[in-house]
Amino acid sequence: MSKPKVGFYWCASCGGCEEAVVDLAETILKVVDAVDIVFWPVALDFKRADVEAMENGALAVSFVNGAIRTSEQEEMAELLRAKSQLIVAFGSCSHLGGIPGLANLHHQAGIFRRVYQEAPSVVNPENTVPQWRTEVPEGTLTLPVFHDTVKSLDQTIDVDYYLPGCPPPVKLIVGAVMAILENRLPAKGAVLAPDIALCHECPRKDSKPEKLLIKEFKRPHEMLTDSRQCLLAQGLLCLGPATRSGCEAPCVGANMPCTGCLGPTSHVKDQGAKVLSALASILDSNDEEQIEARLDDIVDPVGTFYRYSLPASFLYAHPSANGGPQP
Amino acid sequence: MSNEHRSESPRPFRPDIVAFFCNWCTYTAADLAGTSRMAYAPNVRIIRLMCSGRIDPQFVLAAFRQGADGVLIGGCHPGDCHYQEGNYKALRRYKLLRRLLKSMGIEEERLRLEWISASEGEKVKRVINEMTEELRRLGPLRLAPKPQARRTRLVPVAGGVP
Ligand code: SF4
Ligand code: SF4
Ligand code: FES
Repeated sequence: MSKPKVGFYWCASCGGCEEAVVDLAETILKVVDAVDIVFWPVALDFKRADVEAMENGALAVSFVNGAIRTSEQEEMAELLRAKSQLIVAFGSCSHLGGIPGLANLHHQAGIFRRVYQEAPSVVNPENTVPQWRTEVPEGTLTLPVFHDTVKSLDQTIDVDYYLPGCPPPVKLIVGAVMAILENRLPAKGAVLAPDIALCHECPRKDSKPEKLLIKEFKRPHEMLTDSRQCLLAQGLLCLGPATRSGCEAPCVGANMPCTGCLGPTSHVKDQGAKVLSALASILDSNDEEQIEARLDDIVDPVGTFYRYSLPASFLYAHPSANGGPQP
Repeated sequence: MSNEHRSESPRPFRPDIVAFFCNWCTYTAADLAGTSRMAYAPNVRIIRLMCSGRIDPQFVLAAFRQGADGVLIGGCHPGDCHYQEGNYKALRRYKLLRRLLKSMGIEEERLRLEWISASEGEKVKRVINEMTEELRRLGPLRLAPKPQARRTRLVPVAGGVP
């Protein structure tokens, strides 16, 4: 029997997910033995036309990383959906919108102004900005359309499984590939990681008090962090209680609070609301003024609570992103 | 009802309010207001919980996504919570939620918290009427439309995964 065919593709992403595949190190040899990688733009010279020429369902599985921002990404996602028996949303951006999803706080014109005019590293005296269509003597040039908002992959196509993380931990990738090869996948729609909060596998969990109360929220650069005690107990905004486990807490291991990249467990619909709830619960004050003062220390609520999941949240985007009133 | 697809009606705007009321105080007060036939704006859907501390911020955001123009939280007065500190927890979540709403381009006034004891039927009426006025002034909540997650297969799978 021929080996199952596999595709990798990237949409609005940073390239870190591709890096994670390389991080498989020698394990990748096992994977390459077991499957045929027939589409992987970052590493192999196959083009969109090669995928278009395939029969529907010819790919056993496609791993798609990155969020969906442009018309081209949408088209590729739909093409891969048609050609693949399984679609795995690979990484936080594909799973929940990820860091690019935070752009849903801004409208398209503002993003272009910042990126093509104001950014300190930009020199653009003629104010050149991308145009969807440009007429030149030779004909019409087109670029992909940049949509108003960023979507997760499952807001674009039907997704079978999710590999969470920014990027997904090697252990989870290997586990998912093995589960696919050995045909022991869980029910469709599952996130291929343990369904329990990160604190449960955190090496510092024993130092997390049963009834945690903290006087003030702090940021890592404002303090000398104890390298053994639970970070949340030290006042750092560690998102472990509202984040899925599966990464073995490398950030906490490096003395940095978890920022929530694996997304929530299946019991939570809106990760940011859960984070908000947890932080508000442990703040040790019942006095209105004092509460306000302490909350001032959370300088960027959206970026902190929804670092990786704004497009998947209930609120989805700032209304101005869709042409509503500008901020 | 949904905040995304509501068409403009020629009638004056009647804001929808979702109210999360604590069983021991505000809910009883709302009941009292009802039985004593006090008239308050009819546009409130009341959801009863055992304590304001049970209100998960997800409930509030889900209410906005599903069409509420405003969300009202009613709990026992400070010191009177049946579970000691549930209302303080609600207070802290409420404060943080207001900040979140503001950053997301939603007027903070759309979320209101009031301490209303079981005997304060009159206060239920006043708060709801005030809030209705406030929301009239603000107009309907317009959230950015959220794309639905897709759940239809394009390719029927014969024989499953290899
Ligand atoms: S809050 Fe953070 S540091 Fe504390 S146990 Fe949970 S993951 Fe570990
Ligand atoms: S500790 Fe948190 S942020 Fe770090 S890899 Fe794990 S889930 Fe992601
Ligand atoms: S019991 Fe009423 S607020 Fe807790």
